[in-house]
Order: sequence, then C-alpha cells, then structure tokens
Amino acid sequence: MTTETLARTTPEEAAIEDLIACPHCDALYLAQMPAKGGRAVCSHCHTVLIAPRTKAGKKMIALTLTVMILVVAALFFPFLDINAGGIGNSTSILDAASSFRSGYMVFLSFLVAAAIIFVPLLRTVLILYVLIPVVRDRPALPHARRAFRLSQELKPWAMAEVFAIGCAVALVKVQDLAHIGFGPAFWMFSALVILVLINDNFLCTWSVWKSLELEND
Amino acid sequence: MVCMEITRAGKRLTARDAGLVACRRCARVWPMGQARCGRCGSHLESRDTKSLQKVWAWWIAGVIAYIPANLYPMLKTNTLVSHTENTIIGGAVELAHHGSFGVAAIILIASVLIPVGKFLAIAFLAISARRGSTVPPRTRTHMFEIVEFIGRWSMIDVFVVAILSSLVQLSVVASIQPGPAAMTFALSVICTMLSAQAFDPRLIWDAVRRQQPRKTS
Repeated sequence: MTTETLARTTPEEAAIEDLIACPHCDALYLAQMPAKGGRAVCSHCHTVLIAPRTKAGKKMIALTLTVMILVVAALFFPFLDINAGGIGNSTSILDAASSFRSGYMVFLSFLVAAAIIFVPLLRTVLILYVLIPVVRDRPALPHARRAFRLSQELKPWAMAEVFAIGCAVALVKVQDLAHIGFGPAFWMFSALVILVLINDNFLCTWSVWKSLELEND
Repeated sequence: MVCMEITRAGKRLTARDAGLVACRRCARVWPMGQARCGRCGSHLESRDTKSLQKVWAWWIAGVIAYIPANLYPMLKTNTLVSHTENTIIGGAVELAHHGSFGVAAIILIASVLIPVGKFLAIAFLAISARRGSTVPPRTRTHMFEIVEFIGRWSMIDVFVVAILSSLVQLSVVASIQPGPAAMTFALSVICTMLSAQAFDPRLIWDAVRRQQPRKTS
C-alpha cells in the first residue's frame, strides 16, 4: 500500500487489489490501513469501511471461546424456575425453544432454537476456524473464506441478545401469577449477551478478508 | 479520511464509473462482468436490478402476515379461575393496567412501533430510490442501516411467548399456551428482515448522482 500524500488518484494508477468500494454507495477508494484504533470512513455516506483494533484477533478468539463455553453450559442448566400454589416447574433454554409443539407451530420451535442456540454456536465455530490460523500466522485452513462468508451471512439471524431481553419481559409478565427464580443458565446467558455485543464490535471484516486473501494467494 | 478517493478528470468515481464491480460483502472490486467475487465467493452484480422487486415481494408478504398477527391471540392463559386470550396490543394494555408501564412500552415498541416503522421506512426507501427524494441520501443510507440493525429486535415478543409457554406449565393452577399470532408475527418479522436485506443501498446514490453529477471540491 502506498503512503503518498496525494489525496486523489486515477483508477489506472492503482492496482485492482488495493481498491475498496463502499458497499453502501459504491464510491471507490484506494485502501490504506488506518492507524490502530483509527477508522476509514466513506466520505460520501459515512459508512465505516475499515476499523482495525489492536490485537483484535486474539481478543476475538478469547471472547468467541468464552461465548461458546457459555452457550453450551447454558443449554444444560435450568434456566428459570417457577412456583405457584405448591406446584413448581423449571425450564431450560431447550425447553423454551421447543415450546411450540402443536402442528404447524413446530416450525416456530425450529426457528427459535436456531435463532438462540444453533446459529450463535455455528458462528462461533466458524469464526474460530477462520481466525485461529490468521492470528498464529499460519496458512488459512481449507474453505476458510467460505466459512467466514457464512458467518457474516448468518449474523442477522443470531438472536441470543434479543432472547435475553425477552426473558426480562417474560419475568415481569408472570410476576403476579407465580414466583420466579433464576437458574444458573440465566446468569450465563446474561454474560453471553454482553460478550456477543462486544465481540461483534471487535471484528473488522475488511481486515479479515485482506488477511485471508494474502494467505491463500 | 484515510482512504484515497479515486477520481478521473476531477470527478469522483464509483466502482461502476471506473468499469469495475464491487463486492457488497467484502468490498473488493473486480473487472466488470465477473460473476463471483474471487475473495469471498459472493455473487457479484454492479447493481442489483431486481433488488426493488424482491424488496416489494418480501414487504407485501410481511405486511400480509402482520395483519393476523394483530387480530389473533398471541397468548392463551389458563388459571384456576379464568381463561384469557391476549393479542399483542391487548397484552400490553393489560400490563399497563397492572402498573408495568416500562414493560408495556417495550412490548409496544418492539411489536408495533418497530414493525410498522420498518414497513414505512422500507417502502419510503424503495420508492425514493426510483423517484428521488428531497431527503438527503446520507440520511436515507443511515435509515437503511437502522432498519437493518433493528429488524431482529421485533422477535422479542415471539421469544417471550416461547419462554412463558414452556415455563408456566403448572397443571391446573396456571398454564400458558402460544396462540396462532406467534407464528404469523414471526413470519412477518422474517419477511421484513429479508425485504431489508434485498434492498441495494447503492440505488439511493445512483439516483442522486444522475441528477447532479458531483464535482470534487
């Protein structure tokens, strides 16, 4: 990448692999890595194009591993318990996901299970698969680019944090019907939500794509 | 500004102007006519010409699914003394009667305000991409980003129903069952998310650039 101070250049002067186009407005730029902590922003529409962080890769891996452990652990512990008139019931996250049992509602069960368990879990596996070799300066594993693309495509469908807010709402809804207690999984899920939010802000997708390109060419 | 703008004869260029096609997923550019991104494998299209058709198709499906979601009950509550069926709005009103104004507000915002706002915002973006608008394109790009970000949060109510109907199963004392609206509401949210994803925000900027070719200052 060049470091010249010229603000503008013509397309013929630049190598095609050094160009970057804003995904939102198609404005074309010659990509230059901003300083760590800095950001490259599209001057047309203000979309953030590149935002590298210091040691982002290692932090991402640490956070992603934690997320994975928490999701798996949260699955097996009771999530919430309820007590009314001497009759009690406790529910796990899998119970909540499979609560739509009758007929066509089963479809909804699959959907909820996917959104709160399988998609977040699959994303952590894919991201680990892609990032670990990059951080350790090893060549990327086979299909790393496909894996990373899938993890990005799935991003809007991972809804663990939405589910956590849903829990809070559900608690208030039944508070005068019965007594509710929190199981260990509830606290795990709360920690998980915070981690997922931090995690997504750490990842500069352009930097990852750039390193995958170098690894495989 | 870290990236260098690409210009020709004093005019800022888009990837399309430079005879290139940009990948919307990884921001890499390729020669015009290439079908797949060589870096991330995404399907390449300089402008998604069918974008607006797809947006409207999913939009209409979303609106249609949203109507029964409001008419049919979301939750069926059975207690020793009563049997109640609540629609989305009915449930929020009941919460407000019990004094939980905060939670009632969350439900109303997530299940009514956000979906309706999204329908209006997507319709406005799609119409203005074709006809132009006095709203500045940067504002419309932000609007698109907000619509994309906020879509998943509408799923809160579906998750609340899932949690409640798995948790509150106390034989005769109290039990909660999901109503048919849970299904149609989830479908409506999915359709609007797909509708927003189908929108190509570069269309906003194309319309503007056609009207007033930007000169670099």
